Amino acid sequence: MLDILRFTPSEISILALSLKVALFCVVLILVPAVVVAWVLARKSFFGKSLLDSLVHLPLVLPPVVPGFLLLLLLGNQGLIGKYLHNIFGISLAFTWMGAVVASAVMAFPLMVRSARLAISQVDKGLEIAAQSLGAHPLKVFFTITLPLSMPGIITGLILAFSRSLGEFGATITFVGNIENETRTLPLAIYSYTQIPDGDLPALRLVILSMALALGALMISDRLERKANQNIGRHHD
Amino acid sequence: MIEVQVRLKRKHFELDASLQLSQRVTAIYGPSGAGKSTLLSIIAGITQPDSGRIVIDGECLFDSQARINKPIHQRKIGLVFQEGRLFPHLTVEHNLSYALNFTPVKNQQFQLKQIVALLELEALLKQRPHQLSGGEKQRVALGRALLSSPRLLMLDEPLASLDDRLKNQILPFLKLVSTEINIPMIYISHSKKEIMQITDNLVDIQHGKVNYQL
Repeated sequence: MLDILRFTPSEISILALSLKVALFCVVLILVPAVVVAWVLARKSFFGKSLLDSLVHLPLVLPPVVPGFLLLLLLGNQGLIGKYLHNIFGISLAFTWMGAVVASAVMAFPLMVRSARLAISQVDKGLEIAAQSLGAHPLKVFFTITLPLSMPGIITGLILAFSRSLGEFGATITFVGNIENETRTLPLAIYSYTQIPDGDLPALRLVILSMALALGALMISDRLERKANQNIGRHHD
Repeated sequence: MIEVQVRLKRKHFELDASLQLSQRVTAIYGPSGAGKSTLLSIIAGITQPDSGRIVIDGECLFDSQARINKPIHQRKIGLVFQEGRLFPHLTVEHNLSYALNFTPVKNQQFQLKQIVALLELEALLKQRPHQLSGGEKQRVALGRALLSSPRLLMLDEPLASLDDRLKNQILPFLKLVSTEINIPMIYISHSKKEIMQITDNLVDIQHGKVNYQL
């Protein structure tokens, strides 16, 4: 009966690939997302609403659209992709790194939204107080703004991580559905639903996905609580 | 010596202030909305005036004609705000020592333990700001500003959010700082009673204009 909990090597490799893609995705977008979030939260400039819309575009487009655009831009014959391929020998299309890029594009707006909200809630008066004590604005960012917006940034990271684990449309369009290279959990589930007798293996992966999502949410909740305590904020 | 001559025009408000302060402790008095806080924020570099000049001890901090405008963090003006503005994620000790990171040791006028002793903060050092009472917060804010070794200390209604009992707890410390510590001080308040306990040097602001100066 407990055999159902014993995962096959192929299931484990699907899980490992999904986690690898999601982790690299989060690492890739962390710094750019926080920078964009800070700019949107604290600066006003010409073209701000355009930047804001561009960042949010992947949230409202069908995921296949960013996937297709990525193929045009970064595919081996793409506008930028051909240089990456010919000069650096890097090829993103149909590789796991491409899957990272696809899910990064889709997860970026979620990360920016959370971080932006968190940064805009940091009292500007505290930043001014820090400057009056002699801190350069950059120093103020790292010692005041960033630590105080940490709970929101952590939420953003978990959201981005989960979005990346669930990414389907952009991934399958840009990097296909290649076993052991780009076949992440959702793609594997989809593949099983397309073959006869695939229901049981699909269901096993569905359960795995749900466990993973639940785990991510619980870790997020704990981290957020801890971060809130660190900045002297309490809520139950 | 503090020389300020600034103009600032906003939609429903105009500030036209010209004052020279040579006394070590000066109080700026006026009803709310008179422009006291705006003047403070201009001197500190938070708000930029339309025109004018600010010189402290011969050093020019702002001059609209010469296009000089030193940023806040280079003005060396210690600020104590009505709401304290302690950093919520740092302990009292780290709030106090925050400025020490940005002040070369040879320019540091005080050591942490001197200020802790002067303002009786020893028991609070390991606490977080949210654990402090309003009066304790203001004592920490005062100590934090002093530890930045400022050339001028400006207090903006530091007692306004405290009840009478707490006010009486912190007033002795303010008097202590104004007499024991050799840093010029500008004290802003709408309460004459409060000011009388700190200093006799009074500047009166009404409707954005400095009315008299003693």
